Amino acid sequence: MINGTVVDLSRIQFAATALYHFLFVPLTLGLSFLLAAMETVYVTTGKPIYKQMAMFWSRLFMINFALGVATGLTMEFQFGTNWSFYSSFVGDIFGAPLAIEGLMAFFMESTFIGLMVFGWQRLSKGQHLAVTWLVALGSNLSALWILVANGFMQNPRGAAFDPITMRMHLTSFQQLIFSPDAQSKFVHTSIAGYVTGAAFVAGVSAFYMLRKRHMDLAKRSFRIAVLFGVLATIGVVTLGDALGFVDAKAQPTKLAAMEGLWRSEPAPMPFNVIAIPEQAEQRNLDAVQVPAVLSLLVTHSLTGTVPAIDTLEKRAERRIENGIPAVEALKALSHDPQDASAMAQFDAHKADLGYGFLVQRYAPRLTQVTPAEIQRAAKDTIPPVAAVFWSFRVMVGLGLLMLAFFVLATLYSLRDRIQKKTWILKVAVWMIPVPFLADEAGWLVAELGRQPWTVYGVLPTWMSASTHSVGYMAFSLIGFVALYSIFIAVEMYLMVRAIRLGPPEHGGGGAEHSRPTLAPRPVPAAPYGTKLEG
Amino acid sequence: MNTFATAQVIWWLLLGVLLIGLAVMVGMDMGVGAILRYVGRTDVERRVALNIIGPHWDGNQVWFILGGGAIFAAFPLIYATAFSGFYVVMLLLLWTMIMRPIGFEYRSRIDNPAWRNVWDWALVVSGAVPMIIFGAAFGNLFHGVPFHFDWDMTSYYTGSFLALLNPFAVMAGVLSLSLSAMMGSLTVMNGAEGALFQRARALAQVAGLVAMALFAMGGFWVHALPGYQLLSVPGLGVPQTPLQQTVGVGGTWLQNFGAHPLLWLVPLLGFAGMLGAVLAARAARSHLGWWLGAGAWIGVIGSAGAALFPFMLPSSSDPSMSLTVWNSSSSELTLLWMIGFAAVFVPLILWYTSWAFWVMRGKVSEERVVNDEHAY
Repeated sequence: MINGTVVDLSRIQFAATALYHFLFVPLTLGLSFLLAAMETVYVTTGKPIYKQMAMFWSRLFMINFALGVATGLTMEFQFGTNWSFYSSFVGDIFGAPLAIEGLMAFFMESTFIGLMVFGWQRLSKGQHLAVTWLVALGSNLSALWILVANGFMQNPRGAAFDPITMRMHLTSFQQLIFSPDAQSKFVHTSIAGYVTGAAFVAGVSAFYMLRKRHMDLAKRSFRIAVLFGVLATIGVVTLGDALGFVDAKAQPTKLAAMEGLWRSEPAPMPFNVIAIPEQAEQRNLDAVQVPAVLSLLVTHSLTGTVPAIDTLEKRAERRIENGIPAVEALKALSHDPQDASAMAQFDAHKADLGYGFLVQRYAPRLTQVTPAEIQRAAKDTIPPVAAVFWSFRVMVGLGLLMLAFFVLATLYSLRDRIQKKTWILKVAVWMIPVPFLADEAGWLVAELGRQPWTVYGVLPTWMSASTHSVGYMAFSLIGFVALYSIFIAVEMYLMVRAIRLGPPEHGGGGAEHSRPTLAPRPVPAAPYGTKLEG
Repeated sequence: MNTFATAQVIWWLLLGVLLIGLAVMVGMDMGVGAILRYVGRTDVERRVALNIIGPHWDGNQVWFILGGGAIFAAFPLIYATAFSGFYVVMLLLLWTMIMRPIGFEYRSRIDNPAWRNVWDWALVVSGAVPMIIFGAAFGNLFHGVPFHFDWDMTSYYTGSFLALLNPFAVMAGVLSLSLSAMMGSLTVMNGAEGALFQRARALAQVAGLVAMALFAMGGFWVHALPGYQLLSVPGLGVPQTPLQQTVGVGGTWLQNFGAHPLLWLVPLLGFAGMLGAVLAARAARSHLGWWLGAGAWIGVIGSAGAALFPFMLPSSSDPSMSLTVWNSSSSELTLLWMIGFAAVFVPLILWYTSWAFWVMRGKVSEERVVNDEHAY
């Protein structure tokens, strides 16, 4: 059996590296579309300022992209290195979207990004525009396949457990990719990326306007960004609502934790605006409630109800009792795959196999499992309520804040009065980190809310880790913390530096921000770094 | 063979294609990194070398990511067992590999010799170390790796980190490094002129000759390593686990070559490719040399695969738990879907990758590197 500390360390490592990776991904998703939009305006109107904009923002894009790629490698390794049981158990299903992501999306994005950066002189206007759009398309398709994989962890569809090979196998590829959870989460997450990109461009542009630098570039960039931002924020809220609707059915424990719902109540159910959930006592120490709103929010009707934690624990107890014979049958089948009575027993109880695994943590041999052990395992099926409850509120609160900001900023920007509204510009600079925080909070809601499962209802987290020693896991965690701390310091330094330097304003006149041509030019005396400041 | 077994063999071949893609495409970029400080003596020379692969390293690296994803999808048990078993090695590979994107992207952004020096070293390490590990991992397959499974297929690795650095594996690691150094040199020759070109030309020949010597040495050495045979299996194309088979150890890994003498053409291709690449470098025909070097990779990886088949990850501590093409793959449905996706997208990838190389063809001049604000 796997050491509990190893599982905890593996979880910390996964959360830390995933949250870190997710600092860079949303900006890539959003900025790639904004780059494509700016370049489209350039190609259709022929105004050189839009080319200058596309080129300037693509420099910042690349600083961010490098770390996104680097930390993405970690994620792909980590399933195998730290979660080997998980990987062999569901690799048949989970591995497929990851491989398709490489084949269909990441290859396209990465190949064309080289041409996007280096190909300005080699490609025609139209070709370069196509390349930029393919980068944006690639990064979004990439998110689609990653979230199809994640959707399987949230709501395992299209798969069944095979007692002969002792792992899950695919039964329907269509069900896997058209999972409602995956679809709504893909749209919600990628649009959250657009919001992140919009806030970034708006904030940096506001910084220039406040300093009266690069006014033309900043005003135009700001306007594109806030227009994009207002649409994206409306989308992210709408899809977030759809996702809650899906979760209410597929993951009732996550929903109950998100809403701090300890005791079942008749419809219409009240909504806890804020509360102080206390897991041990199974109640909210204090709560501010609005009547009837919860039923409206999650069932879109006044008569709908959702199960609370007390009901869900009772359900889990019954499923655990039913799951124990399934695990016992599986053990018999591992010794003799031809054992017909074991197979019959397995078939009768297989729907609750995962719940049988869950109680194995407290009763490894599964002989004479006590009611206390079953209750303990049933309590485990409830995720950490306070953390999920508050992550959710942080995400939603920041989302609404951004909506208000983008609406106001768009109004002033369209009336061309934004440069006079310094208070909005100052707010815009402060809004840069807000979507990043909301993104991270959203990740926490999704993944903490899924606990105690890696695959909801099928595979418990405690079984999923590799059988490493605590020393190994501590070593790798320390290594990642050290390496990643250096990386973020370097990235922030370069990003802030590139923003301060701003777009190059040499040339002017007819040579509209002239690009170096292939023809040899004299080497300027000034070194590379100082040229930008000129 | 039924559909399932056929799909398993097709995926074994596809994995070979992806690994060769990885070795050729990632290997050349890694090679450029590994030799960066040798071929490039000045900052501008190093920047030229980096900008030769600048538009392509990002796309090339996806061969590595795709290789990992494909093992995960097609042979999940191999992915899970190998990645967790080779834990410390995998971390070394990962930690050096993640320095690369950052090294490429950040190195030339600040004009400060100390800053650039640090990133140059990072690129050397992140070029050399992964290629050594890549080869050493292959070398270890011939020894077997100490792992076994529980009743529920929980895997346990019982070896130490140092055991993975045995002499045969180290030899395979250096072979892989020298081949990628050769390919890196040829790549630099493709895009550079002057002193940079000449240094790369000399290095390509040395690296190619070292690779030939090591490949020959490996061929003799492998006679001394005991091979594995499947004694009993539930059947080919039958869903199964390693717990249901028995494996014998004895003879050598060359039995497949004895049974099918035509397979000797594969290592021959390896030698011919290396020799051809050396001669082409000598004649300053670097594009031809690059293609011959790619042929050498096909020969080297193909030889290892042909010797091991159907074994993919032999267990040294419990040979009967060895992972094979038959017992570690995904289900038939997954394999078939993935064959479909690969059939559509691998040709597409080759097509647009070729287009990207064609667009960026030609020499990279020092002037262009200095003047282009987007250059590395």
